[in-house]
Amino acid sequence: MIVNWVATFFPALVQTLPQGADYVRILPEIVLSVFGMIVMVLEPLLDEEQSQKILGLIALVGTLAGLGATWFMAQSPGLAFWNMVQVDEFSVFFHVLVIAIATVVILISYEYMAVQRIRAGEYYALILFGVVGMALMSSAIELVLIFIALEISSISSYVLAGFRRHEAASAESSLKYFLLGSFATAFFLYGVALMFGATGSTNIDQISQTLQSGPIPLLAFVAVAFMFVGLGFKVGAAPFHSWTPDVYEGAPAPIVGLMSTAPKAAAFAVLLRIVFVIDVHAIFYVIWVAAALSMTLGNISAFLQNNVKRLLAYSSIAHAGYLLVAFAAAPGPGISAAMFYTAAYAAMNLGAFAVVSHFANAGERYVTLEDYEGLGRSSPLLAATLTIFLLSLIGIPMTGGFFAKFYVFNAAMKANLIWLTIIGVVNGGVGAYYYLRIIVRMYMRESRKEVPVMPVPFALRLALVACLVATIYLGIFPNSTLQYAQDSAQRLVWQSSFAPVSAEPGTAGTVVKIVKSGI
Amino acid sequence: MHLILFLAFGAVCVGGAVNLLAQRHPINSALSLIAVMAALAGEYLLLGAEFVAAVQVIVYAGAIMVLFIFVIMLLNAGEEEQTNGSRVAILLGVPGMLTGSVLVAWVVLRHSGTEAVPIGALPGPPKEIAQLLFHDFLLPFEVTSVLILIAIMGAVVLASKPERAEGKAD
Repeated sequence: MIVNWVATFFPALVQTLPQGADYVRILPEIVLSVFGMIVMVLEPLLDEEQSQKILGLIALVGTLAGLGATWFMAQSPGLAFWNMVQVDEFSVFFHVLVIAIATVVILISYEYMAVQRIRAGEYYALILFGVVGMALMSSAIELVLIFIALEISSISSYVLAGFRRHEAASAESSLKYFLLGSFATAFFLYGVALMFGATGSTNIDQISQTLQSGPIPLLAFVAVAFMFVGLGFKVGAAPFHSWTPDVYEGAPAPIVGLMSTAPKAAAFAVLLRIVFVIDVHAIFYVIWVAAALSMTLGNISAFLQNNVKRLLAYSSIAHAGYLLVAFAAAPGPGISAAMFYTAAYAAMNLGAFAVVSHFANAGERYVTLEDYEGLGRSSPLLAATLTIFLLSLIGIPMTGGFFAKFYVFNAAMKANLIWLTIIGVVNGGVGAYYYLRIIVRMYMRESRKEVPVMPVPFALRLALVACLVATIYLGIFPNSTLQYAQDSAQRLVWQSSFAPVSAEPGTAGTVVKIVKSGI
Repeated sequence: MHLILFLAFGAVCVGGAVNLLAQRHPINSALSLIAVMAALAGEYLLLGAEFVAAVQVIVYAGAIMVLFIFVIMLLNAGEEEQTNGSRVAILLGVPGMLTGSVLVAWVVLRHSGTEAVPIGALPGPPKEIAQLLFHDFLLPFEVTSVLILIAIMGAVVLASKPERAEGKAD
């Protein structure tokens, strides 16, 4: 209506306004932002005791609405906001993944908040806003927008890491994450600036076109290397991993579940898009080294840990390494393998952290390996659930982790990365040891001290069932997910090899012409 | 000439940044930051971005740095120190300021006869910037508001006092 009214008076203006389809293509982000603001504004109006439950429920509805909005978004693929955002299968895949992770994290937090006495309003709002950034990262094809989205996702994680206000470790975690994260962001930004200097554009499609039209300038390599440093930090890949254990140890457990999956998935999505801009062989060696280092360092360090949160932190470094193996194997089957891996890893890791966060109890006291002794007897169901997630992290068949590793190493073999595959498989064997150690402690040792295990609340049960179903579904019926990943990967490769400048009416070039002719 | 100026401003910028880190007194660091900001404005000007250069001076070197210095002074950050550096600054600063003002006055007087250019007569950078900011880069511009909102919320959360002791009951 307003558009029509404007059209009658300023015909030229309408052409320059975003169209309806533009908004549909960022609908999940809009929905999540609106719910984030609702949560934020409602918090002071509610009674403190009630507010945690009500706000949690609103946030949950928000993420579910976000998933619904993603479905709408998927119906209208294409570019939006003048080549800022691209909706394709690839971005839909990561939208669904990231928003689903947030849904599960909100379910895990639902009871945790009351136990730990955390202020709910800002907590849920920050999760929702953070997801806006992560979702936008997966669909943005403009480096400036990617940078802002990356900052949204990072800053919300910095703050969320410090939410256990009464613990010095949490403040330490937040501050460390913030300082090192800002440093890494500066690297990414410098890379963006150098890329602009090398190609004269910050649009990924245009960059790809410029680079394909002639010899690749040295500056572009440096730029991609800098961006890799920035993103490598965000995904916690070695040698940029040193923040991970301290941050994970201090942050609230559900947030660790979020941090170790959703922002990483989004950063991997960005990395996948950027890797295609430049000929893969340019940064192939960098990725190779990072992958080998991450796997080896992550697994060896996890070996020595006694704190389960730290152990899972190091294991997440190792998993980032496995994922980077798929990157080294890109663009062949590597992309779809990487996408499958992020999904499977999110399901199993989130599940493991859900159990850890419930078991840790008030003040997160029970997080050492000794505390887990005898859990198999005192709480068989919880122990069994954790066992399944750990088996999946090892990569035992019938779980998502198995096919994730299988596809990654399969892709690596097809790309002739024999040595990287060998390093990966050896590391998988090392990794099995420390995961099995937890299982052995749970089932084969008598508990030496009194560890109270609360009954599992309904919301957490829902979250665990969701993670369990996802892990096992990906382990038994991986085909449909893999097929979807392959389709979107093919589309991505096709796009980057042809790099079409959109023929839509809303592109920047045409609009500038319209503006000029109209004025 | 262009390149020499560019390098000179760049050197001032890097030198200021190094000095910012090397100084122990926060006020000295803040003043070095002003030098960095001003040198950056010069770089922008050389790159043909007059508007950004002006904004850089007004917003960063001006407003934000004033806030910085206010905060430092409110926090009572240590005694002022008289060093050799400050004596050198007086010796060099007064003649330098005089030369600068004479130079500006000379330029203004020399060109006082020329007609002023009416506003908007030239297709100036502000128009291009507006086109970029509110059209081509509309989405990043709007999304920045989410970023700022998160930053504000983060500051509120992390700066507020923890109200209650964490659950002590078993």
